[in-house]
Amino acid sequence: MSRWILHVDMNNFYASVECMFNPALKDVPMVVGGDEQARHGIVLSKNEIAKTRYGIQTGEVLWKVRQRCPHILVVQPDMEKYLKISRMAMEIYGEYSDRVESFGLDEAWIDTTHFGKKDSVHVADALREKIRKELGVTASVGVSFNKIFAKLGSDMKKPDATTVLSEENYRNLVWPQPVSSLLFVGRATEKRLSRLGIETIGDLACYEKALLRTSLGKWGEILWSYANGLDCTPVAPKDIHDQIKSIGNSTTTPRDLRCEDDVKLVLYRLADQVAGRLRANGLCGSTICLSVRDCMLHTFERQCRVHYPTQLSGEIALAAFSLFRKNYNWQHPVRSVGIRITDFEENPNVQLDLFGCAYRRDRTIKLETTLDKIRNRFGNQILYRASMMTAPEITDIALHQEYTRTGI
Amino acid sequence: MKQIYVEVLAKHSREGEVEPLFILWEDGRRFCIDRVLDKRRRASLKVGGIGTRYTCVISGKKRYLFYEDDKWFVEGK
Repeated sequence: MSRWILHVDMNNFYASVECMFNPALKDVPMVVGGDEQARHGIVLSKNEIAKTRYGIQTGEVLWKVRQRCPHILVVQPDMEKYLKISRMAMEIYGEYSDRVESFGLDEAWIDTTHFGKKDSVHVADALREKIRKELGVTASVGVSFNKIFAKLGSDMKKPDATTVLSEENYRNLVWPQPVSSLLFVGRATEKRLSRLGIETIGDLACYEKALLRTSLGKWGEILWSYANGLDCTPVAPKDIHDQIKSIGNSTTTPRDLRCEDDVKLVLYRLADQVAGRLRANGLCGSTICLSVRDCMLHTFERQCRVHYPTQLSGEIALAAFSLFRKNYNWQHPVRSVGIRITDFEENPNVQLDLFGCAYRRDRTIKLETTLDKIRNRFGNQILYRASMMTAPEITDIALHQEYTRTGI
Repeated sequence: MKQIYVEVLAKHSREGEVEPLFILWEDGRRFCIDRVLDKRRRASLKVGGIGTRYTCVISGKKRYLFYEDDKWFVEGK
């Protein structure tokens, strides 16, 4: 039996929410942008005028945007507002299905197989109307028989439109699209595919599967199945989407980091935050991921496993710093770093040893838990490592990109 | 056009239902809500904001009253 899946994408989400709360913003070119003083000056979202009249794109740097549109209005992001609207949207989706899987704040898949094809399209239209009236923003909906095409459909007509990609029409509608519009095909994969002469999704679908495996490994085969509409990943049930998958913090520091000591300080600061959030959620993680971006905007991510699942800032920072030393060659100063923990276990069983390490570890856990309590009561700034005082200009950072990824 | 925050006298039922009865204007005037025709979640497309929108009849005229994050507002001109 064919599945029916909707993918809902709320258009220009941050900017639309700002316009909903202040309708005067609809009539002027406006973007939601990061703090330029703290070197976060990029466009996070733009309103319709900024997009259509000035061609402003998400991710553009604000000084460049000002060259084209000197009177652009820049609004600071307000995550509380966006989370509120996102939660309300999830409630609306939940009225139609018990399989709803969020994909960021502004996107979600909804399994509507139980409605059948015709009614799934009606549900898509009803959802758009409800979102417009109840939340004051518009959404595009893709309706298809798998998650990948549903997502592609929601990107095809914007704003406020429904696109149906069925088993009958996908060759005509999906295959002429550039391969980069397929979910999970980023710039690097696009380049590799281009070297094989693959420019469109149709090119990918008709390519020899075995050759793709040779060139791109297992990932090549997966992309081939996506292009042929063979993705069979289920939409996660509603009660599972809150399950935390990873916890991480990253920051672009107010000045570039020029030596290992700088990086170490920032990593300890990030590790303190991440460890506190792990403990708040009662989780221990076994895999530490480090992300680094240099001042030329080259980014890489490396990960390692730790001996015991951990929620201790010292262990996390040490692992992250060791990853950094192994993998960074200091060709350029560092612009931003991030730490992310995955592979969670709740209350893991830890192997005891003969030399009392477990006992010392237990004491550290108690110490850090006490620090959490003090910080919860008096604020994060009340207690910090003395080393942070040696370079307050880089450690006194707003951890703006605190994120928790959920899902299965 | 902007939101005008107002004081409201409301009845809170045992079941948790909220029924606005009077709007108290800044200058001391008091407007009786004759009837509530409809109650649903809505965004105010005129003045912005989101919450429970009560469609009220006040002195024979239909008016929207919004309850947003524990505050009441009407749509100003």
